Amino acid sequence: MELKEAIKPGKMNLQEILKPENLVYGKSEVLNDDVMHYCPGCSHGVVHKILAELIDEMGIQEKTVGVAPVGCAVFAYNYIDIDWQEAAHGRAPAVATGIARLNPENFVFTYQGDGDLASIGSAEIMHACNRGENILVIFINNGIYGMTGGQMAPTTLEGMVTATTPYGRNVDLNGYPMKITNLIAQLPGTSYVTRQAVHTPASVRKCKRSIKKAIQNVLDKKGTSFVEVVSTCNSGWKMTPVDANKWMEENMIPYYPLGDLKDSVKGEHSDN
Amino acid sequence: MARVIGAVVVDKEACKGCSLCVEACPQDVLALHMEVNSKGYHYSYMKDPDACIGCSNCGVVCPDTCITVYRVKAS
Repeated sequence: MELKEAIKPGKMNLQEILKPENLVYGKSEVLNDDVMHYCPGCSHGVVHKILAELIDEMGIQEKTVGVAPVGCAVFAYNYIDIDWQEAAHGRAPAVATGIARLNPENFVFTYQGDGDLASIGSAEIMHACNRGENILVIFINNGIYGMTGGQMAPTTLEGMVTATTPYGRNVDLNGYPMKITNLIAQLPGTSYVTRQAVHTPASVRKCKRSIKKAIQNVLDKKGTSFVEVVSTCNSGWKMTPVDANKWMEENMIPYYPLGDLKDSVKGEHSDN
Repeated sequence: MARVIGAVVVDKEACKGCSLCVEACPQDVLALHMEVNSKGYHYSYMKDPDACIGCSNCGVVCPDTCITVYRVKAS
């Protein structure tokens, strides 16, 4: 009976558990202490955290340069303690090309949303990937222009209600949702093209493994790595964070199926 | 079998009450507090600390990185 009492979890003093040697998960040192400006439950925070953890684990903080263009992630420099460069709307891959070519020892990545990468920056991303620049592209696809108030993006799903499509996206009027990552996977300059999500603990861990592989590919000079993260924008979608995750699972993921689209080296074509 | 005892510490001021950790917790340990922090968010807290197994699922899904997870093996 005494033994049972001793191993009963509640009997252990909280102070005995909260010791540094018992730490299993904590904030990465690459993340600053600033409280993020993102809305509650925004996927950006999770992706920032994954990046910071990987930069920390791989020991590349000193040589990492991030390029953030316009979008909610424009303030990413406030949160991840690395070198950052701002770019004009959609032009991050062009700026990253310059940085990566002039400083080949650096690890350069861009962090772009769907309104930025898939719309105004579609030319830059296509050509940077086609040239096979040694950069990592993180593409946050939440199907909406989050920062400006929830307007339709190229990736907005058919029938999805946004500020500029109040009756739902009409494909005759607004065109079809673009599967940018599938287009990118066709380009021979890319080495690793994948689509991930961060809505559950398992998917976050899987996404982290994918981004780690993508970073390693860039460090090994294998060509452009492209990681799409299917995300939520609960403010733009007018849902609670938990409902937004469910909605994403039911609607976004069937249209944007998760998984690797290409995993080879620069110069090879994908079968997809 | 060694039992695992976990504990989480939530940074009350950084928490925005999105409740993704509450959903992710397999043991139903976390809940949103009745009280609010200085920004008016109902922050997450350990409603049932005895049930925590320190799996760190809550920390992994937290977008604001305000959860720290500890775990010990009870011998």
